[in-house]
Amino acid sequence: MTDHQWIRIAASDSVPLREGRLVRLADREIALFNLGHRFLAVDNRCPHRGGPLADGIVTGASVVCPLHAWKVSLEHGGVERPAGAATCVATYPVRVEHGIVLIGLPLAATCVVTRRSKGEAA
Amino acid sequence: MKRLVVVGNGMAGMACLEQILAYAPRFTVTVFGDETHVNYNRVLLSSVLAGEKTADDIVLHPLEWYRRHAIDLRLGVRIVDVDAAAKAVTGDDGSVTPYDTLLLATGSYAWLPPIAGLDQDGVFVFRTLDDTRALLERSGPGVSAVVIGGGLLGLEAARGLQVQGCNVTVVHLMPTLMERQLDPDAGQYLAGKMEDLGIRVLLGRTTTAVVGNGHVEGVVLEDGTLLEADLVVVAAGIRPNVELAYKAGLHVNRGIVVNDHMETSSPDILAVGECVEHNGTCYGLIAPLLEQGKVLAATITGNRGPTYTGTVQAAKLKIMGVDVFSAGDWSEQHAEPVRFEDRALGIYKKLTVRDGRLVGVILVGDTSDSHRYMEWLRSRTDLTAERRHLLFPPPAADVGLDVAEMADSAVACGCIGVTKGEIVRAIHERGINTLSQLKECTRASTGCGSCTSLCQDLLRAVAPEFEEEKKKVICGCVPFAEDRLREILRSQKLRSVQEVLEIYGDGVGCEVCKPALSYMLDMLWCGDHEEDRSARFINDRVHANIQNDGTFSVVPRIRGGVTSPAELRRIADVAERYDVRMVKITGSQRIDLLGIRKEDLPKVWADLGMPSGQAYTKGVRMVKTCVGTDFCRFGTQDSIAAGIEMERRFEQLYTPHKVKMAAVGCPRNCAEATVKDIGLVGVEGGWQVVVGGAAGKGVRKADLLTTVETTQAALEAAELFFQYYRENANYLERTYDFVERLGIEKVRKETVYAPEDVRRGLLDRLRKSKARARDAWYEGQQPRHPTQFIPLVPLETLA
Repeated sequence: MTDHQWIRIAASDSVPLREGRLVRLADREIALFNLGHRFLAVDNRCPHRGGPLADGIVTGASVVCPLHAWKVSLEHGGVERPAGAATCVATYPVRVEHGIVLIGLPLAATCVVTRRSKGEAA
Repeated sequence: MKRLVVVGNGMAGMACLEQILAYAPRFTVTVFGDETHVNYNRVLLSSVLAGEKTADDIVLHPLEWYRRHAIDLRLGVRIVDVDAAAKAVTGDDGSVTPYDTLLLATGSYAWLPPIAGLDQDGVFVFRTLDDTRALLERSGPGVSAVVIGGGLLGLEAARGLQVQGCNVTVVHLMPTLMERQLDPDAGQYLAGKMEDLGIRVLLGRTTTAVVGNGHVEGVVLEDGTLLEADLVVVAAGIRPNVELAYKAGLHVNRGIVVNDHMETSSPDILAVGECVEHNGTCYGLIAPLLEQGKVLAATITGNRGPTYTGTVQAAKLKIMGVDVFSAGDWSEQHAEPVRFEDRALGIYKKLTVRDGRLVGVILVGDTSDSHRYMEWLRSRTDLTAERRHLLFPPPAADVGLDVAEMADSAVACGCIGVTKGEIVRAIHERGINTLSQLKECTRASTGCGSCTSLCQDLLRAVAPEFEEEKKKVICGCVPFAEDRLREILRSQKLRSVQEVLEIYGDGVGCEVCKPALSYMLDMLWCGDHEEDRSARFINDRVHANIQNDGTFSVVPRIRGGVTSPAELRRIADVAERYDVRMVKITGSQRIDLLGIRKEDLPKVWADLGMPSGQAYTKGVRMVKTCVGTDFCRFGTQDSIAAGIEMERRFEQLYTPHKVKMAAVGCPRNCAEATVKDIGLVGVEGGWQVVVGGAAGKGVRKADLLTTVETTQAALEAAELFFQYYRENANYLERTYDFVERLGIEKVRKETVYAPEDVRRGLLDRLRKSKARARDAWYEGQQPRHPTQFIPLVPLETLA
């Protein structure tokens, strides 16, 4: 992937299973989640009122914002609840190498608006 | 009067005897039982092993019943000989008992396959209450158990042992589980479910030896595999007890051969139950034995007429969360299969239809329609008109229709053998309105519980003032009502949220059910469980209340609202040191520091040097107090001391919803105790303890729980209510909804007016939880996880 710059973040056990943690990278605040068999990352701001998604409860491959329970997909960044909210959060590719989690920053930030079905990799 | 001797004190014999006694008395009855227990429900032994029931719960005929019917009961005596010519039986105690008529109800025994070393200590069968007790004694955490046999009984034993903490492996000779009741596909679904429960299943494997040095150490399989084991249960099938029948010279094949009137080849001897062979079939399940008993009772009492013509066999696996039902002939030879399966949900259904009639059924994962299919099987209904919706019936427009379609003679409860007609009669004659009354009166639905919904439908249709027991399902992820879920968690000894979701739910969970399950586990196991922080709301992960900007508020505990200059100075220093945006006196006589960053929480707590005020959680918020007798001219009680002590006793514990309390020294009620979850109201000469008050969205005056003379008694009454609320309220149900739902009379009856042992139990469990609880803010010094309070610091910076 040439359009990403990969940043080494932390050992994979720095994020407990099914929890999220905040990562500050330059001017970005990213929420990194450990789903057991994979890690996912999204912008830490809920599109509703800016709630910290890293503090939400994980349900499947989504997170529920702690402020007003908006549900945001960690795979594609789309809002799954309330229905019809036409906003999303940015997602970031994540990979694990030798026990270290890396986040890929886009060279030009993108916001994936297209919804993808659940289960399909973002 | 003629002398009737019954050999065998089991379910079939006693059910039959009950039928015989229903006719005019004509016998003096002697019953021999080689077990030392009164007749119990053998079908439910697996529930005893799984901790769902106690030995007392499964008694069918208490001693009183034998006494009432003047039955000479000889327990612990095994009949070893029958002299058919002299008409007498001999017991292993040397006694000789003459009879005019002999009823053999000897049942069956657990068959032991040819495996070397079965005589080792630690090898058990699973047949009697004594076996069950021995297994309960030997099982426990860390014990490895091997169950030989993957049939109904073996699987139930395996789950029971696992619930007791054992690591369990099932070794089965055949390539699929329960092959007598399930086709290979269904067997695979079942194996998957057993594995999901954490039970290892080895299929198509022959056990050749049990090894050990006097005590079991392992099990050897044909391929040389050695399975370590501290405990071995052999559940390889049952065989009829026919030895006495041989001695009596009766015609015996596999079982004691009987005709349609349940008569043996000897005119004075009849036989019933698992020991019997009728028309080439020996039955091992309860329903056929009950039918046989009714026919035999008619024959033996001179009302010879009714005939037994065989029974459609039906089997149900009694493992909570693993629904399996099988009946009739499900082989696809000469029959048309109708199937449905959903692998993700673990549901498999197959019907076999021959000549337009149902002949067999297998249900795995959803057995809710088993009654309908059973009736089709029994009545041989022509299903031509139903053919398009055999598996998915159109929703009934009339809720009473299903039960209206049942014949009065149709068996509603197969375990106890209660018909629809008997239930309807009981409802009319005894004025029954609730399921619990029906259970008490007819015993219907007290067995395996699979007919509960049917019994409710009957009540709904027939009882004039049927009271539905209102139950709300917790959420779609774990579709059970909360009280049912608590029972499941307790009896199945589940100790982690993820485990519950995987076995009883969708494996995922959501923000609604996860915190609810977290609470239930914490309450049930009194804190002795694996707390899964990921299942809790952020407030309970970092012990502070999240605000709308993502910062947190911190409320230290100030018991009774009584603080000191030193504490106030520390609070002021902290507020300045961490740029607290606002310092606020709360409505709860506490001080709130607002706008603290998550990463500062541990330092703030350390600098405060005060315990958590739990203002962020469903827990014990506070006890407000007035100054009471300390200063007030009107005070009649020391409300400050009482309030502080109450806060000490309850603080740090979790509750279904927040609990706010108050103690006031006189009825002027300056700290508003009468609108609190629990309030102590001082009166001349004592305290009133009030509960279920509210001054939130709605206003509700608290109900009087009790009036007592001493502060100690008031605190104990509060403790009883507090723990009762913790154990019985639904998650997120405030005390005012809880008290209103149950009614204060019931609450009183089950707390302050409850029998001594019930009250003791509530207090003991409260103490146990309290002993394990600790101040959440200790995690500031000893975080549960290195990054609990801090963001990740990237290993490299952006280029």
